Amino acid sequence: MAERILMKGNEAIAEAAIRAGCRHYFGYPITPQTEIAAYMAKKMPKIGGVFLQAESEIASINMVYGASAAGLRVMTSSSSPGISLKAEGLSYIAGSDIPALVVNVQRGGPGLGGIQPSQSDYFQATKGGGHGDYRMIVLAPASVQEMASLTIKGFDLADKYSMTTMILADGTIGQMMEPITFEDAEPTVYEKPWALTGTECKRKHNVVNSLYLKPDELEKKNFERFEKYAEIEKNEAMWEEYMMEDAEICVVAFGITSRIAKNAVAEARKAGIKVGLIRPITLWPFPTEVLRAAADKVKAFISVELSMGQMIEDVKLATESKKPVTLCNRAGGMIPTPDEVLSAIQKAEKGEF
Amino acid sequence: MKTTEILIAGFGGQGILFSGKFLAYKGLLEELQVSWLPSYGPEMRGGTANCNVILSDTPVGSPIITAPNVLIAMNLPSLEKYVDSVVAGGQIYVDSSLIDLKVERDDVEVFYIPATQIAKEEGIATLANMIIVGHLLENHPELSFDGAETVVDKLVPPKKAALKDLNMKALSLGKNYKK
Repeated sequence: MAERILMKGNEAIAEAAIRAGCRHYFGYPITPQTEIAAYMAKKMPKIGGVFLQAESEIASINMVYGASAAGLRVMTSSSSPGISLKAEGLSYIAGSDIPALVVNVQRGGPGLGGIQPSQSDYFQATKGGGHGDYRMIVLAPASVQEMASLTIKGFDLADKYSMTTMILADGTIGQMMEPITFEDAEPTVYEKPWALTGTECKRKHNVVNSLYLKPDELEKKNFERFEKYAEIEKNEAMWEEYMMEDAEICVVAFGITSRIAKNAVAEARKAGIKVGLIRPITLWPFPTEVLRAAADKVKAFISVELSMGQMIEDVKLATESKKPVTLCNRAGGMIPTPDEVLSAIQKAEKGEF
Repeated sequence: MKTTEILIAGFGGQGILFSGKFLAYKGLLEELQVSWLPSYGPEMRGGTANCNVILSDTPVGSPIITAPNVLIAMNLPSLEKYVDSVVAGGQIYVDSSLIDLKVERDDVEVFYIPATQIAKEEGIATLANMIIVGHLLENHPELSFDGAETVVDKLVPPKKAALKDLNMKALSLGKNYKK
């Protein structure tokens, strides 16, 4: 078995990206994700890759756009306010149907906010952020190991569907260290016949562009893109179930919050409360089916979030509001204790919604 | 199932995060599940610093410690802030050369170690943290002192090789400290 090493979540993302064949990183520093850039700055020059600290977030996302158009595996990373700046580029990349990996190690907002962990960019990640009808695949790691494995998976999904994958992490998982192992595996290589690699006068030139002035053409592009999205919704949802077999209450939480919720679920089980956890690993596509099925079995859902309640809307949609959904939340960089989640579970058990 | 939740707190510059790293790596060496979570806010830039280390024989849930089994307090504000959060039956390690306060709880075990004083006398002024860690290892069979050198080798970069011996010296001073 591969050696267990200790690594920060941010470093795990960077190392995994390199192992996935990413040789181009463009970024701009911001707490709490700067270790990604630092790791890339150290490693990329040694392996013939490019690390470039751009003059701004806007520049860095457009460098990603350009490098991806040339068919390269490329990434950028930032934290909440920086992602807002990248939103224009994200929309252009979506409108051009090319792959990219974008990491958001979230901090409290809105505005410049704070630097402590948060999950309040859920809407921005899953519902848009940039303008126009588009989606990003959104992966939510809950451990340092997943920071790595979902980064590798994220590059593959981005290439497979020719679109952006966002890793939606938070300051805690970015900063913490845990044991991690890397398996030796060659990165998967995807054909990119659309890439701007030079025609050598042997083929028609490729165009990467998001401008369609004729509305019927633009409409057609949008419909085609949403057929692809429907395919992803059907095939790519990922989640983890914990103690759900006989659960009467279902906690829904992702990322760092799911780990706090797990402690609370284990405590509640000791007190004889039948409670389980569903942890969405993909936030888009949202694991709708497993939640819809749970809605027929449990009597209530609790959405645990580091926000004023964003994922709770998707939980209500997925469960078609068949059962009450309550919110257990902290915001602004504060984190609930397992006891706070436990008392939300106890309330739900008593039927207090 | 055994889980040890260690909260280390003090000033920035006292090696709070480093001692946490040492304990996390020691746990890794003992094939335990571990997590290490630093405070990364503005406090890192000169104010208070703290570090959460969890060592367990089962997977670690939340990496955030709210009720530590072990508190290492390297300054007065840290002791005052966290003394009541330690679980009954837990341990508190106090750098008694920096903290005059006595713990007024009888349900925890308290170790008063004048670590900063000892470190100064021994010419290793910056390693008070490792003196306390050395004493902690002696009290924790799941970690033990064996293998400490392997961890120090891992953590001290080759460029600062001289620090390896000094860290080992600090750990031994802590191990052998008797009140």
